[in-house]
Amino acid sequence: MELRRDVFQAIADPTRRAIITLVALQALTPTAIAGNFDSSRQTISKHIQILTECEILGQEQKGREIYYHLNPQKMKEIADFVEPFRKLWDVRFNKLEDVMKNYKSDK
Amino acid sequence: MELKTKVDAREGMQELVITREFDLPLELLFKAYIEPEIVEQWMGTKVLKLENKNHGSWQFVTTDPKGNKHGFNGVIHEFSMNRKITRTFEMENTSFPVQLEFLEFEALTEGTSKLTMKIIYKSVADRDEMLKLPFAQGINMAHNRLQEIVNNIR
Repeated sequence: MELRRDVFQAIADPTRRAIITLVALQALTPTAIAGNFDSSRQTISKHIQILTECEILGQEQKGREIYYHLNPQKMKEIADFVEPFRKLWDVRFNKLEDVMKNYKSDK
Repeated sequence: MELKTKVDAREGMQELVITREFDLPLELLFKAYIEPEIVEQWMGTKVLKLENKNHGSWQFVTTDPKGNKHGFNGVIHEFSMNRKITRTFEMENTSFPVQLEFLEFEALTEGTSKLTMKIIYKSVADRDEMLKLPFAQGINMAHNRLQEIVNNIR
């Protein structure tokens, strides 16, 4: 019997986290994904299958190749994927505020 | 606790809105966007060109910790002192298309102000790519750290 997969199970494995990182940047074929690892092609295929079953990865047929991409909607279930983007701007704006407060006191 | 910086990115839209309230008077907030030396300090970039006028242009270059240079540029479509800047933004040598930015500055009180930044992307997919970038870098860093720990155990 196949256990029901969930996203937390999917990201518990370091290899699967590495796969998520790769496809977050661009859609890739299984061959291209496997090319980044020392593990066998079958092992990587199994990881891709698990990530696809819990919908973290989506498939798209382009010509004869299948490309895998990150499903951002599903990633929201794990963590709000917008948060790091917000944080980046928050840090940047905090810096602006600090710089201008010093500017004010210099005058 | 109310967040000072907010990001509103609705599902399926090719735009996003970043808002931030500053503990600064409007004039000082606006100055941070137009004085090259100040922009360099808070953006951590080198300003090659910054023409604050209608139909002006801008160009920045940032050096990453590995010493690689990254260029950014755009045109300033509309410039209105202490009110708004409408400009384009493009990352050079990347596949990301140019984006359109509407920056609106307003005074809240004598000593506080607000910036509303609306960014419009070429497509929904392009917007989502940009949103995902810091997220992807985050997992990448977490993964590298994990890799270091594993390597040390060996």
